Amino acid sequence: MSNTNNTPILEVKDLGIDFGGLTAVNNFNITINKNDIYGLIGPNGAGKTTVFNMLTKVYTPTRGTIIFNGQDTKGMDAIAVNKLGAARTFQNIRLFNELTVEDNVKIGMHNELTYSTLEGILRTPKYYKQEKAAHEKAIELLKIFNLDEFADVQAKSLPYGAQRRLEIARALATNPVLLLLDEPAAGMNPTETEELMNTIRFVRDKFNIAILLIEHDMKLVMGVCEKITVLNFGQVLMTGTPSEVQSNPEVIKAYIGD
Amino acid sequence: MFKKIFDKKHRGRTFSYLMVLVAYVVIEIMLSTKSMSSLMKNLLVPCCCYIVTALALNLCVGLSGELSLGHAGFMSIGAYTGICFSGFFESSITNPIVRLILAMMIAAAVTALFGFLIGIPVLKLSGDYLAIVTLAFCQIIASLINNCYLGFDSNGIQFSFITNNVNIEATGKMLLSGPIGASGTTRISTFTVGVVLIVITLIVIYNLMYSKNGRAIMACRDNSIAALSVGVSVTKTKMLAFVISAAIAGAAGALYGLNFSTLAPAKFNFNQSILILVYVVLGGLGNINGTIIAASLLYILPEKLRGLQDYRMIIYSLVLIAIMLISNNQKFKVFVEKNTKLFKNKFTKKEAK
Repeated sequence: MSNTNNTPILEVKDLGIDFGGLTAVNNFNITINKNDIYGLIGPNGAGKTTVFNMLTKVYTPTRGTIIFNGQDTKGMDAIAVNKLGAARTFQNIRLFNELTVEDNVKIGMHNELTYSTLEGILRTPKYYKQEKAAHEKAIELLKIFNLDEFADVQAKSLPYGAQRRLEIARALATNPVLLLLDEPAAGMNPTETEELMNTIRFVRDKFNIAILLIEHDMKLVMGVCEKITVLNFGQVLMTGTPSEVQSNPEVIKAYIGD
Repeated sequence: MFKKIFDKKHRGRTFSYLMVLVAYVVIEIMLSTKSMSSLMKNLLVPCCCYIVTALALNLCVGLSGELSLGHAGFMSIGAYTGICFSGFFESSITNPIVRLILAMMIAAAVTALFGFLIGIPVLKLSGDYLAIVTLAFCQIIASLINNCYLGFDSNGIQFSFITNNVNIEATGKMLLSGPIGASGTTRISTFTVGVVLIVITLIVIYNLMYSKNGRAIMACRDNSIAALSVGVSVTKTKMLAFVISAAIAGAAGALYGLNFSTLAPAKFNFNQSILILVYVVLGGLGNINGTIIAASLLYILPEKLRGLQDYRMIIYSLVLIAIMLISNNQKFKVFVEKNTKLFKNKFTKKEAK
């Protein structure tokens, strides 16, 4: 990508969204640089997933600008934002249940495969060449997440933790520059969470990408994130390093109450 | 190579081609030894047409997850396009097989266009809108063709709508005559072309399934929001499946239309669409082999029961209910699984010895 280290990958200014008369998120600011692992935390209903949905254009923001990879994403749809290099996972897992694990990852390469429908039906040499490359890339990605032995299994029959990892693998298959993970450790046991932390760091180093994650598991957030933004009632409460966040009385108040 | 054909992933596909090939060889042998009744002979081409249309509908309903109730309408457009093309070029293209193939290709193109036009407004929406719109489309097409009068002679093509103002010279030919539909069509459809059409349909659907667009079609069915998030355009993908499905149904329609000397537009009504849907649902949504078997059995069955006169539709519906119950019965599934396992164990033991 054309990014140098000093230009941010994601620059969000005064982002806000209203649902009817209700302001769900307001004055949201965030700057993510290359190779950052960034955490977005906050109590339930603070608007974390809403921010994700605005960044990936599932929702259209009411106010504010999102500069992604140097480009203003105003007027873009979810597909365009993905092509720019944002890939995400979902809080409630959204896999292609009837498809195999390998095919789930290959869907992520949909725009990378350039053969046309007709070439696919006629099986030209281009089809074979690109499908072979796609297969190799898919297996390589699945190996990172210890899923390669399940390549031919239907996605719905995977255990819960494996389904979460498969979602990350599918997102990575789109060659993102920014990976958005919505509660990647939800439902995982401590050992799995530990593994996930290592995987997140490994993915960042191997693919040279920035990661923004929402998480309630504080061990994971504090262990893996370099910078954290705390959201409460749709507003940014503070932004800082894990130790700054942990010692801030406002944050403690937001989580535990008076 | 051999291993790849029979591995778990490709077994279903291999079975499809083998099944069609074996059926074709058996029927050809029966035809050449004249051990087939003329009633059955007449059923062969329509049966091929229904198998192909059911496969097309399976692509739309089973793989793409969009319910269409208008595939009889697409068959109708295909049939009359094919009949008009064949009638018009009867003197210029004398080889019947070439004319048939060209008619099928043009019918496929025309129905694909209709499918595209229907898809533009509907496929942007999610829900059951496609079912409603295609249902209406099927009725509109039937009544439109019901009112078309088309013929040609040395003065050129003549067309009129609602009232019959077409006066054709003795040397000319009437292609469409209102509610009577097409009459005096030269029958050029053959069983072999029908089987070739089935094989081409199978190749198109299977190759599509194992390509990026086929994966995308199934992905949009399983989870459209996730598909969008990885850069797959849901509208375009659903449109692709629907247009291909319509085109295949159109080609089958042309084959169907050119198999009868007369064909009334009322033939392709709503019941016909439901009948095709029944083949697909009974065969199993997304199950290609099931669709082929269900379509051929359920098409032949009512004809075979003709000897029972009024009772035949009762038996037909009882068979439908029975198949539905059995194929959805958990106990029956377990029973089948148990026995196939036993059989497999015996088989592998023998091999081990």
